[in-house]
Amino acid sequence: MSAGLSPELKKKIGHIVARYPKKEAAILPVLHLIQREKGAIAKEEELWIAGLLEIKPIKVREVVTFYTMFHQRPVGRYHIQVCSNLTCSLMGGEKVVDHLQKRLGIKIGETTADQRFTLSEVECLGACEQAPCMMINFDYYGKLDPEKIDSLLEGLD
Amino acid sequence: MAEKILTKHFDLANLYEIETYLEQGGYRAVTKALKQMTPAGIMDEVKKASLRGRGGAGFPAGLKWSFVPQTSDKPKYLCVNADEGEPGTFKDRYILTHNPHLLIEGTIIASFSVGIHSAYVYIRGEYETVAQRLEHAVVEAAEKGYLGKNILGSGFDLDIFVHRGAGAYICGEETALLESLEGRRAYPRLKPPFPASVGLFQCPTVINNVETLANIPAIIEKGASWFLDKGLPRDGGTRIFGVSGPVVRPGIYELPVGTSLREIIEIHAGGLKPGKKLKAVIPGGMSAPILKPDEIDIKMDFDSLAGIGSMLGSAAIIVIDEDTPILDVLEKVAKFYAHESCGQCTPCRIGTSWIYKIVKRMSSGQGEKGDAEELVRLASNIKGKTLCPMGDAASMPVLSLAQKFKNDLESCLKEG
Repeated sequence: MSAGLSPELKKKIGHIVARYPKKEAAILPVLHLIQREKGAIAKEEELWIAGLLEIKPIKVREVVTFYTMFHQRPVGRYHIQVCSNLTCSLMGGEKVVDHLQKRLGIKIGETTADQRFTLSEVECLGACEQAPCMMINFDYYGKLDPEKIDSLLEGLD
Repeated sequence: MAEKILTKHFDLANLYEIETYLEQGGYRAVTKALKQMTPAGIMDEVKKASLRGRGGAGFPAGLKWSFVPQTSDKPKYLCVNADEGEPGTFKDRYILTHNPHLLIEGTIIASFSVGIHSAYVYIRGEYETVAQRLEHAVVEAAEKGYLGKNILGSGFDLDIFVHRGAGAYICGEETALLESLEGRRAYPRLKPPFPASVGLFQCPTVINNVETLANIPAIIEKGASWFLDKGLPRDGGTRIFGVSGPVVRPGIYELPVGTSLREIIEIHAGGLKPGKKLKAVIPGGMSAPILKPDEIDIKMDFDSLAGIGSMLGSAAIIVIDEDTPILDVLEKVAKFYAHESCGQCTPCRIGTSWIYKIVKRMSSGQGEKGDAEELVRLASNIKGKTLCPMGDAASMPVLSLAQKFKNDLESCLKEG
């Protein structure tokens, strides 16, 4: 089973696995790489990883479901993750969520019909000095207000 | 203005590049350590410096290193804890972003002292761009001969690998970090055995926080007594205090260990925003028991805060203003721990969710008489009854909020 991965990615995975004395330890970096290419970790990918790392498929499932950053179904092209923890809420994080829900026409946990946006609420992102903050894919944005959010969203293709 | 150790050159835009770092005297400490000092001599110097762990627990770093058995024929590992997840904490992100070579330099010296040849930096998954910058710095350091085989002709070898987590607060707990790094769900391990003897891949392991290791080069270059003088006799050096919430200048402030909380909030962070009044402060990350305004004339060091029933933790200061209902604070705290409990120990798994349910009921206006007492009872039954300190972390803020702000919470209860 190949899980349909590109040759470049397979080469990269090979390098990563070699960094650890036990293959199994490469599971998080391997999952990150595969999710980046495939958008999610579905059953086919789980089985391929189990074969690669010589572990039972259930062990892969345990990891995929334990860590919040892995998705079993693809998220939208832009995954917006808004911090809902203490500092961000002290600084108006709820208004950020309200505005995003209204503007995108979806609720927390949903994806827009055109698959462009998924909106999630997350715990502390480690950028409390810029509260309220959020991530769009892997980029951080802070000191948010409705105007700033609008201009950020308008800047996306 | 007190001298800075870690953030001294943060105004240089390209400090993260090795050429700029070298121009500022970077890697001099590695040269000194590898060419002029013995591994035992380095460990002694770090012990004398009273460098205490910056991740939260405050364990003396030199002592931690000395627990690694030198007679074992197994490989030894260093795990750098860059899983910064304690709400309110963002200091390690600054070190990793602006000064990654300082961490690498500290990692090399620590590894040389303990006899380690592989180090893994476990960095939280969300910090992807930060991890990329660190990986770039690792490549630069290897190209200059500071990593890899026979570093600076000393015969000492070291590789550093950057390993990203994937969104689980529990991985900041050191044994959960080991489980995660080995490729499993991050269930904390029963101690003993301690990681110093049985750690990563069942081998002797040191786990140090980013900021802890970033202090090592200065201790080696300038000596333990210089470092000790910057802080307190039992708690040397500076701390990077992170201030967040409705203050004029939220951000990081590197100040001597023992600087007063009032000074940090009122002078360095500029005080509360105009029109805002202080209601409470969380002094050391979300799990630290909350302080009232009359308690902020306190020195920010491990022992002083422990003395008033709170903790310095990660030195993350969250400022809460009078306009914020305490019930809202409690709800955020309860939601976080219910979400982040790994599920292994029953008191934490059930207790945190139960607490959150009661708090939500109170928030919806349906709180019942005795709810505040029930929160205290539940939190008390988590504390000390779990494998890892997350149980304590979840219960301490709830206990302090329910006890110090009992009247605020009772005023939210349903009448009659």
